[in-house]
Amino acid sequence: MATALVTGGRVILGLAGALLALAVQAGGSNFVIPGSQAAKEQRCVEPTDFMRRNHMEVIKHQRDATVHDGIRSTKHSLAGCIACHVAQGPSGHPVPVNDDRQFCGACHEFAAVRLNCFDCHATVPAGGPLGPGGGAAPAPGVAPGTPLPPGHPQTTVR
Amino acid sequence: MNNPSEAIDQGRRGFMRSAAGVATVTLAPGVLLHTLANAASPGPTAGEPRAVQVTDQVRYGMLIDTTKCAEGCTACVSACDRENGLDLQTMPEGADPALWDRQEARWIRKVKVQDNLTGKVTNLPLMCQHCEHPPCVDVCPTGASFKRADGIVMVDRHLCIGCRYCMMACPYKARSFIHTNVEVKLTLAPRGKGCVESCNLCVHRRDNGQASTACADACAAAGHGAILFGDLKDPASPLSQALAKLPSRQLRENLALNTGVRYAGV
Repeated sequence: MATALVTGGRVILGLAGALLALAVQAGGSNFVIPGSQAAKEQRCVEPTDFMRRNHMEVIKHQRDATVHDGIRSTKHSLAGCIACHVAQGPSGHPVPVNDDRQFCGACHEFAAVRLNCFDCHATVPAGGPLGPGGGAAPAPGVAPGTPLPPGHPQTTVR
Repeated sequence: MNNPSEAIDQGRRGFMRSAAGVATVTLAPGVLLHTLANAASPGPTAGEPRAVQVTDQVRYGMLIDTTKCAEGCTACVSACDRENGLDLQTMPEGADPALWDRQEARWIRKVKVQDNLTGKVTNLPLMCQHCEHPPCVDVCPTGASFKRADGIVMVDRHLCIGCRYCMMACPYKARSFIHTNVEVKLTLAPRGKGCVESCNLCVHRRDNGQASTACADACAAAGHGAILFGDLKDPASPLSQALAKLPSRQLRENLALNTGVRYAGV
């Protein structure tokens, strides 16, 4: 009986320790990539706590406004997220945001979320500078080693 | 009127007057805002992303003068491919090249038609005709295929389930299906496996206040100027002016779709 109690106590302690470790990792970790535009900014387009919980709702609302109503002026665009949070690789090319240890990829892996935004959407800013508010990452190319062919549009995209 | 009981009730008159005043004050801002919104809506200023939703005050369309369309020239097709990232598609490994040639997404096709009685040959670019009554929208089971307020027929790929009913319904073979994962895509032209897509009249250019489409620009740059893009609802636009002068037709006009793309010389 005493042994069972001790074992039970150990298990509970172990579980509590694991939870604490996870909580510390989640609370203390910062997935913003050093060197990205986001690392230089004081805050995201909304308060960080709000964005951590609600970024998907914000993007989803914006997607309907953009596709159906043509509104592209607001700060809640996925292209804006990518432009600001993308990191530059050693070759100067941007690193896709959904890669392991990149902004989107690392956090979604931690949270065990599988998303399909990037089945269709570009993971690096391609198409030139995004203008004020959207961050700027005017590096050419799409992924390391695969620069875009010349002549692709350099329009402002939000 | 001399009878005091028939005298006008000034109090009642005053009440009606003030009621009318209140109604004006209540309604006027709404009417004013509505007018302002309509005045602001037709399009964003050049280079500025659109901030207000599109309205039906404009209807975008094109006039294609087939007499100016040169045989063998594919400037519009390649410009469209570049603009919308279609040239970034790669053939899946081990695929049959002949099959890939038919399946690769294309927003514009160059078509050559011959009148067998007279032998007259006509070249024309064929893309989504942006119908007023689009069959693709009628058949879509999820509402993914839709017509924007400004007349652009497009696919909301967040809603598209890839059933391809719209491809069957379209009389112009304007739509393409993406069969495989797409590795490289442009920010302005998302593209992924399992969705249908077609010409959207360079909707990113519309929303950023640019004047023309990639195909029209390329055709003008190639020296042909066969494609004229503009607003069908604005009687002063170059497009409306040209339509008023040139005899033009809608392709398959018997279907009564009221297409936004018109052809001259066919």
